[in-house]
Formats: sequence, structure tokens, C-alpha cells
Amino acid sequence: MIRSVPRPAWSKRLYFAYLAAFFVYVSLPLLVTAVFSFNDAPFPSLPWRGFTLDWFFADGSAGRTGLFHDDSLLSSLATSGHIAFWVTLVSVTLGCLNAILFERRQFPGKEFLYILMLMPLVIPGVILGVSILVFFSGTANALSDTWGIEWDSLRPGLPLVIMGQVAFITTLCTLVIAARLRKFDRQLEEAAMNLGATPLVAWFTVTLPWLLPAILGAAAMAFLMSFENFNTTVMLTGSDAPLTVTLFNRLREGSTPVLNAVALLLMAGSGLLVGLTLRKPNKQTR
Amino acid sequence: MNPVAHRLSLWLLLAPFLLWMLLLVIVPHLQMLWVSFHVRESWDSSVWGVAQYQTFFSESYYWRTFVRTGVMSLFTTLLTLIVAFPVAWYIARLARGRSKGLLFAACLIPFWASELVRTYGWMILLRESGLISTWLQFVGLTDAPVEMLYNDIAVMTGLVYNGLLFMVVPLVTTLDGLDESLVEAGYDLGGNSWTVLQQIVIPWTMPGITSGCIVVFMLTLGSYLTPVLMGGKDSAWFTEQIFTQFITRFNWEQGAALGVLLLVLSSALVWLGLRLSGQSFRRVMG
Repeated sequence: MIRSVPRPAWSKRLYFAYLAAFFVYVSLPLLVTAVFSFNDAPFPSLPWRGFTLDWFFADGSAGRTGLFHDDSLLSSLATSGHIAFWVTLVSVTLGCLNAILFERRQFPGKEFLYILMLMPLVIPGVILGVSILVFFSGTANALSDTWGIEWDSLRPGLPLVIMGQVAFITTLCTLVIAARLRKFDRQLEEAAMNLGATPLVAWFTVTLPWLLPAILGAAAMAFLMSFENFNTTVMLTGSDAPLTVTLFNRLREGSTPVLNAVALLLMAGSGLLVGLTLRKPNKQTR
Repeated sequence: MNPVAHRLSLWLLLAPFLLWMLLLVIVPHLQMLWVSFHVRESWDSSVWGVAQYQTFFSESYYWRTFVRTGVMSLFTTLLTLIVAFPVAWYIARLARGRSKGLLFAACLIPFWASELVRTYGWMILLRESGLISTWLQFVGLTDAPVEMLYNDIAVMTGLVYNGLLFMVVPLVTTLDGLDESLVEAGYDLGGNSWTVLQQIVIPWTMPGITSGCIVVFMLTLGSYLTPVLMGGKDSAWFTEQIFTQFITRFNWEQGAALGVLLLVLSSALVWLGLRLSGQSFRRVMG
């Protein structure tokens, strides 16, 4: 199936039909979710009863509470944002340091440590969550039993969720940033140092600007992955649940178009974030 | 740079890496392993033992779900590969310019939403009052609502959907580098499409296939939302049992044992996959 080898017309048509079916498969579930957030009916299903913005803006007076008046959804949205902010900050910082470590330095055992660094990619998220729960809660119990020290950060709650997500998101950030650092021409750094810059100044004025697109990309990815994570998060969450956990509990009670509205909001948010990071490097090269 | 400063900076780079690895990945997993071999005697004492593992092997419900999860994950991975390959081929070899970028972006569509939203979209489509059922009644193929949710096919549909991107991206990356003269040579030497695919294209794409399959397999094996929300009573997933032990029953010892078993299963299958395809972990993941 390459351009230089001719194919019969029916085979080409079949191929295009397959591609069309594939793109329907890919887009239909999300399209449907988005469309039903505007349906003027108490359930996200047919028949179509007309267009409404109630599921976003209704204040509860007419029996409908829209997303922007639903306090529990809004507060879990804020919780998710809070978690994602810290996860992004920590894992991008760690990712940068790891990238320098593995791309620039030679030390015994490097190969082994690199493979260790990749391990979180092949550990199921559930297991990562469970093991961190067992370890930190176990430590908290031991501290309180033996010395009477109460260290609540080690119990399920936001700090634990952040640590659980950092555990695997750091690996992804490292890979993204290291891939860009590998393409960097070290002569530029040497030139800066020949011109009198200290290694640190050369790093901040030459290397870091080069890495910036990768750092921004890694940050966007980390933020999205943190925001959308469920498997690790649900094991570690305490009293204030992040958005995915709240949504999951709502969904178990039954679906309402408010959930569709949240889904649409999330899609718009991630679309915007992806669009922004894709746009940035274009502007620089122009 | 003087040697002391050089060594010091190496340790400064190693410290955060080691902290992350040890505190968030290695020690928690060792702790989980340790807890799984403890049998609780009373609320504050426990002894070494393998009771949790015995429970797993003696209760057929546990190991049946375990085997089922493994087999279904393998099957899902294979299905994802088959679905994604023609699309990846088109993107890498046939599409040109704008359409190439557009098609690639379309493959990213599912990832504008989290797994929860994606699953929710499928629920709206497939359930008894859902879109497809209503549509089938409308065109007259059935005269009663059809329930398409809560069975294994629905679960697979959702799981393949979740994994697609992670299959398409590595496939496109490796197929991009395929030299078309090899394919032409294959045809010139009398091969038909099947032999060319089997003898030339697949061996060339093996790194991409392996890396896609590993990631999709891991995601599927460790997924929770899709099987729980879309599966029926008989389609239990192994992660569900880990969640039950930890969250509903507070039986951490049993939960840890199930976690260790899932980790062993996933590592063994990943190792086997690398062996069979002759790829190295570092090259495939790094």
C-alpha cells in the first residue's frame, strides 16, 4: 500500500471507508457528550428537547442546578487545580534535573538508574497508588504508635495525592525534556563560556531558553495528566475529593446533563492548553 | 571546573532523583511486598505467612478474575494494534502535508478528555436509552430498546478507545522511517501484499509495535473506570478487587497481596513481550 505500487480502486475505497469509520469511532463519544450538555431534558439522552444553558448557569431555583452554581463540583475543580499545580511544579523541576543528570553526566551505574527511572511507566497506576498508601500510612501509624507523633500529611489527603502523581508524571517529564536536551548543540554553551560566561550563566542564558518549549510542553502534559488521573488519585484521596473522584461518585448515582457540562468544560480546557503549547514554538521559529 | 565541584554537582543532581525513586517508587513497593506477607492476628500484631496468597489461589473468584483480566488485556492490545495499524500507515506513508497533521490531530481527539469522560461518552451511546439504541429503533432495525452496555464487547470497545493514541504514535514514528524502496523491492521480487507486510513491514515496525503494545497492555491491565462502568456483573476486573480490599474492606494485607500479583503478572508479560519481539526495554521505552 504505497504510492508507487498501484492498487485496485475497490481496495482504495475500502481503505477510505475504514479511515472514515475510524474517525467516527474516535470522535462520536465526545461529540455526543458535548452536545447533550445543551439538551433541555433531565437526562442526557434522546429525544432532543431544545437548546438550553441551564446545565451550566441555572442557580437551582427552578429545580436545576447548573455547573457554575454547584458548590461541590466547583470546590473539587479547585482541589484538582491545586493538586495539578503542585504536581506540575515538582515533576517538571525533577524532570529538568533528571534530564541534565542523564544527558550530561557520566557516572557508574548510570544505565541501571536510567532503567529504574523508566519503571513507573510499566507499573499500573492502581499499584502505584496502593503502594504509596501502604508505605506512607504505615509510616504514619508507626510514628504515632511508637513516638506519639501525629504527622497527618502522610495520611490520605492532598499531599499524598500529589506525591502519588509525581511518582509517575516525573518520568514522562524527564523523557520529554531529555529528548530536547539531546538535540542541543553544546558548542553554543562553550561559546558562551569562551565569551566569559560562568557555567551557571551559560546555562540560564543559552541552554534554558533552548529547553523552554520542551519545559512548557512537559508542564502542559503534567497538568493534564494530573487533572485527569483517577486510578492513583482515588487510592490516596482524603476528605476533599478532586474532580475525577467527585464525577465518578456522581456518575454512580446516575447521569445528569450537568456531568456533560463538566465534561465539555474539561475538553475545552485541555483543548485550550494543548493549543497554547502547540502554538508557542511556531511563533519562535517565525 | 575543579574535580570537587564536579563531584558535588553530580551529587546535587543525583539527590533529587534518588529521593524521588526511593521514597515514591522503590520503598513503597517493597513495603507493599512486605505487608502482603504479613498475616494479621489481632488489631496490633501480625506474623509472617502466605495466607493472603493462599486465599488468592483457593478462592476461584480471585484467580479467575486474574486470568480473565490478563487474557482480555492481551486481546484488547492485539485489537488496538489491528485497529491502529492501517490508520498509522495512512498517516505515515500516504497522507501528505496538511492532511497528515490533521489526521494526526484527529487521533489525539480522545485525549482531550479524561478516561472518565470518554467512558461516560460511550455510556451515553450504548445504554438502553442511548443514542445507538434509539437510532436502531428509528430506522426500524429493532422495535424495542437494546441494551449494549454492561457486557464484554462494550468493555473492549471502551478499552481499545482508551489505548488508541498510545498505539498510533509509536507506529507512526517507526513507519515514518521505513524506506519505500524496500517495499518496492519486495513486490519486484514477486511478493504479494501479505508477504511484503509479513517479511518487510512488520519486522521494520517491531520497535514501534512493541512499545505501543507494552503501553496499551499496561494501561488496559491497570484500568479501572472503563471495566467498572461499562462492564456487567460477570465482567469483573482485577483492579476492582484491589480497590475493594483497600477501600471497602480495609483488608490491606489481602489488597497488597493482590497488588503484588498484578505487578508480577504485568512485569512477566512485558518481559515476555520484549523477549518474543527481541527488543530491549531501554530502546522501546526510553
